[in-house]
Amino acid sequence: MKVNVKYFASIREALGRGGELLETKAATVGALRDELIARGGPHASSLARGKAVRAALDQVMSNEDAALAEGCEVAFFPPVTGG
Amino acid sequence: MSARVSIQAGDFDVAQELAALRATDGRIGAVCSFIGTVRDRSDGAAVSTMELEHYPGMTEKAIEAMIDDAHTRFDIYGARVVHRVGLLRPTDQIVLVAVTSAHRGQSFQACEFLMDYLKTQAPFWKKEQTPQGAQWVDARVSDDAALARWGITSANR
Repeated sequence: MKVNVKYFASIREALGRGGELLETKAATVGALRDELIARGGPHASSLARGKAVRAALDQVMSNEDAALAEGCEVAFFPPVTGG
Repeated sequence: MSARVSIQAGDFDVAQELAALRATDGRIGAVCSFIGTVRDRSDGAAVSTMELEHYPGMTEKAIEAMIDDAHTRFDIYGARVVHRVGLLRPTDQIVLVAVTSAHRGQSFQACEFLMDYLKTQAPFWKKEQTPQGAQWVDARVSDDAALARWGITSANR
């Protein structure tokens, strides 16, 4: 399925882009993260397991079990620091 | 009803915001506000500028949901959140949270609740410019602890 992936803050900087349109077989947010890590390079280092990475599915904070759907928007970013 | 949430690059006028929030509502007997500002120090290092990034669309939705939650938890009449993004300097205003109620207790609590919520659940990120170079601000465990006091356990870090 097609998903719209977005990156913010330090992850966006490490990847050199704010997002990408992907064709994925991943069924969940966590599986998509693993698929991106498997690419190696900056994806592997910035999304690595053990690093504090948060995710949102369709613009709502989500955990990694959340199920992806055709055309959904998934964002990966570091812990938030507003206020 | 006027907007409850504004994300903007420009500064805000606190007096004007508070006047608008309580205008025409005679039930209001208390207005509580919090203003967050840019510090010139970060862990001892001098901060010359701060860049604030956000997730357009999600940020507004997340804060709207927090205000809805505040209305269910507290006996309040109105709430307003203004948060700046882009390049800021020490002493600049970053965020305004303002709440109205009949008596002070509920708006004091709702104001703190909204700030605790925003700190750990609204998608904003700060990057500071220091003599050692630019650095992304780390999230604080104490902010998660502050939100947990309200019975919400959604860890940010």
